[in-house]
Amino acid sequence: MRKKSALDGPRLDALSKVTGSERYSADYYPEKFLWAGAKRAMIPHARLLAVHTDAAEALPGVFRVLTFRDVAGSNRVGIVRNHQPVLVDAIVRYAGDPVALVLAESKEILSAALDLITVDHEPLPCIFDAEEALKDGAPRVHEDNDGGNLMRAVSLCKGDPDAAFGACDAVAEGVFETSRQEHAYLETEAGWARVDDRGVLTIVASTQSPYRDRREIASALGVGEEKVRVIAPYLGGAFGGKDGITVQCLLGAAALCSGGRPVKMWWDRRESFLAGVKRLPSRMYFRLGAKRDGTFHALSCRLYFDAGAYAGLAGEIMTMAVEHAGSAYRIPNVRIEGYCAYTNNPVGGPFRGFGVPQVTAGMEQAVDTVAEKLSMDPLELRRHNALRQGDRNCLDIELTHSTGFLECIGELLEHPLWKDRQAWKASAPKWKRRGCGIGCMSHAMGYPAAVPDQATARLKLKKDGTFRLYSGVSDMGQGNSSTYARIAAAILDQDAAAIELLQPDTNHDLPSGSSSASRTTYTFGNAVIEAAVVLKETILRCAARSSGYDDIDAVELLPGRVRVKESGRFIPLSDIAGLIDDADRSQKGYFRAPHDDSTLAVLYLGAHVIFSYGAHLARIEVDILTGKIDVVDYVAVTDAGKVMNRCVYDQQVQGSIAQGIGFALMEDYLVREGRQETGDLATYIVPTSVDLPDMISIAVETEEKTGPYGMKGLGEVVISGCLPAIANAFHDACGVRITRSPLTRERVLSALGEREDER
Amino acid sequence: MKRKITFILNGSEVSIETDPALRAVDVLRQDLGLTGTKEGCGEGECGACSVLVDDTVKLSCLMTAAQLEGKKIVTIEGIARRQELHPVQQSFIEYGAVQCGFCTPGMVIAAVGLLTANPAPTREEVRDAIGGNICRCTGYQKIVDAVEDAARKMREGHSGG
Repeated sequence: MRKKSALDGPRLDALSKVTGSERYSADYYPEKFLWAGAKRAMIPHARLLAVHTDAAEALPGVFRVLTFRDVAGSNRVGIVRNHQPVLVDAIVRYAGDPVALVLAESKEILSAALDLITVDHEPLPCIFDAEEALKDGAPRVHEDNDGGNLMRAVSLCKGDPDAAFGACDAVAEGVFETSRQEHAYLETEAGWARVDDRGVLTIVASTQSPYRDRREIASALGVGEEKVRVIAPYLGGAFGGKDGITVQCLLGAAALCSGGRPVKMWWDRRESFLAGVKRLPSRMYFRLGAKRDGTFHALSCRLYFDAGAYAGLAGEIMTMAVEHAGSAYRIPNVRIEGYCAYTNNPVGGPFRGFGVPQVTAGMEQAVDTVAEKLSMDPLELRRHNALRQGDRNCLDIELTHSTGFLECIGELLEHPLWKDRQAWKASAPKWKRRGCGIGCMSHAMGYPAAVPDQATARLKLKKDGTFRLYSGVSDMGQGNSSTYARIAAAILDQDAAAIELLQPDTNHDLPSGSSSASRTTYTFGNAVIEAAVVLKETILRCAARSSGYDDIDAVELLPGRVRVKESGRFIPLSDIAGLIDDADRSQKGYFRAPHDDSTLAVLYLGAHVIFSYGAHLARIEVDILTGKIDVVDYVAVTDAGKVMNRCVYDQQVQGSIAQGIGFALMEDYLVREGRQETGDLATYIVPTSVDLPDMISIAVETEEKTGPYGMKGLGEVVISGCLPAIANAFHDACGVRITRSPLTRERVLSALGEREDER
Repeated sequence: MKRKITFILNGSEVSIETDPALRAVDVLRQDLGLTGTKEGCGEGECGACSVLVDDTVKLSCLMTAAQLEGKKIVTIEGIARRQELHPVQQSFIEYGAVQCGFCTPGMVIAAVGLLTANPAPTREEVRDAIGGNICRCTGYQKIVDAVEDAARKMREGHSGG
């Protein structure tokens, strides 16, 4: 694993993106294509009686209007529960459910046709709150679900929490609520599809999960899996929101009825907001008890997560929240219960953090409250309780992998922005209050034990002496594919430019899981390393033999050529390529991430074994006249193992903080009676360049021995620190706690008003 | 319905027969194949569809085809000159200002527009100038770094633009 410096340098995908030549799924306008678009129900819960398509079909330029009757397969998708209709056939369960699909000659005609479709429906009683949904008599979202609206319940117990609270000197209690966050990726859901002469349905789509999609598309549409091909070009952002089916099945259904013409679908922003998945809103009851010296003694949590209308990965997200509710602290007595409920709200789904930002917000505010009750320094309190390698976490699982949590906290303790905070606070201008807050977190990498976290990479020496790397994992913008190419280049001693990189295509037959779970560089990167090592050996062996040596050490690989050490002779790689048969010029590498099957007994799907860690500091200024919070300084200390490429590393850190600050201060996808109230970027506010500070990123480089070049997952861990750091900073500034996020101006003013009332 | 519309596109005169009521972004992308100009919202909120109209940054999703008539239009495809990248593009690459890249063309256009009008912007002026361009990946810091670097390069006389 030499030449780590070869991993440095700008991202290889930047050039085509900065010149506008990169083609995303949204950028294809194939010859003679038809526009496809879905009619959305716009009602939260109803029995569908009829869909009237006659007027739309009569409109000139409308090619076809499809309903569920035109879908040949199961007409259902769903990763864990296969129950979400491609086109509704009986029950509408949320406003974004699609009831008809139009194929039209132009976007304008498509839009007009969608407006002409009407439905007859019988309204059904609705439920919009996850906790209420679990009570007796609540309207049921899925009649066939055994547990009423309970989609999944998960619980953990360690020690004797009930008795332990009695032995605590300080107990913090709080109920925390977090918002429904929208991904708001710049590229809304898009793609195009076509059935070719051989009957193969090819779908090019903005997706994080091409291989899983292929299976879902095939079963939903009644097509053999071998007749479905999914291609995933670079994505224009995803963050979890494209981990699963969005446009794929609708596009496939349309292409199967288009008379062989290509079809294109591109949701506009409103449709993306309406029908895209959201971060699951939560209500969380936290109780944390500590001894007088600050030692945590007992934790009890009850979590309610709103899944919305369909399962998706909501149950798994809630389970991840249960696993992380106690963060990375040593707590001997723990009870955590999580409940995920169906409602008639928008569908919940993966979003960077996968349940962890919610619980971290609750836990870290409880930690601060304990510190206050014990009159302790909140950062010292965390240091006192932080897990180290070899400790057991809240699931009673020993941390055997790299664990740099303590080091992260230590960095903050020594940071000038922490040490000087009192002086900074005291110098607040008139009408402003200043506060400094801490948020610490951990985040598991990869899939839980029951879901094999594996990847297969393929690397080929081409006849011209350059290389081709087949990526099996989508690049949604995080730059993993550039990293793959640089890893291959480093091992093969080639210039990165000599590595051609192909984005995922199910025809490459490299199922490697989704681009998610902070796993892309770790899992696939390890597979690339193996493929590169094997290919390098193949090349060297061939070069050595053809030069009359048995030992491959007689030759060395150099950019574009091999050198015979003894003679100093150079052999071009194109010559070597001609000497190796086609099969051997293409080598595969496989990797499966470490997993502990004994944890299957502890938690649904089992637990994780490798974690990344972080400690954040936020300095905020609160305008007590307007309620506006400015984040003035932000420090993120992260243990994601060794840094492979500092620029790409900080991209993940800074981007996560931006989304985390949005989650903390402004992002709230509002739904009233199941209908969206923040349907566009004018009403759903995300941070702009003037809303964010320059951020300080500090890397604690523990070595994760199983990771490529010692790294571990970075994509998600950072986002979880922001909300608690800012909420704790607000409490530090104003002496009052806002337990419902985001901390909007209205909530700030209301909290300040209540505090005045108390005086 | 259709009408002939003539304008200067990336340095060359073009004439197209199209519905003048169509949105400029659709004409550029679909009719002219210039898919570097992106669409992120269609309502003038995100800046992804930014183009230069007579050297001023405009949102092509809020323009009609008719409004292109007689104008000098520069899209992201016209920012680099032949083989040479514009300093803004070069700095975006070097400073890691590009992640998913879907906001990038609009960002580059906004930055070029800024530096044309103000060759020596402060960091705050850079932040203000790209305030109408949403990026969901970067947190903007590296974009601001890149624009500052490009301004330096351009003042020091790199050609490119």
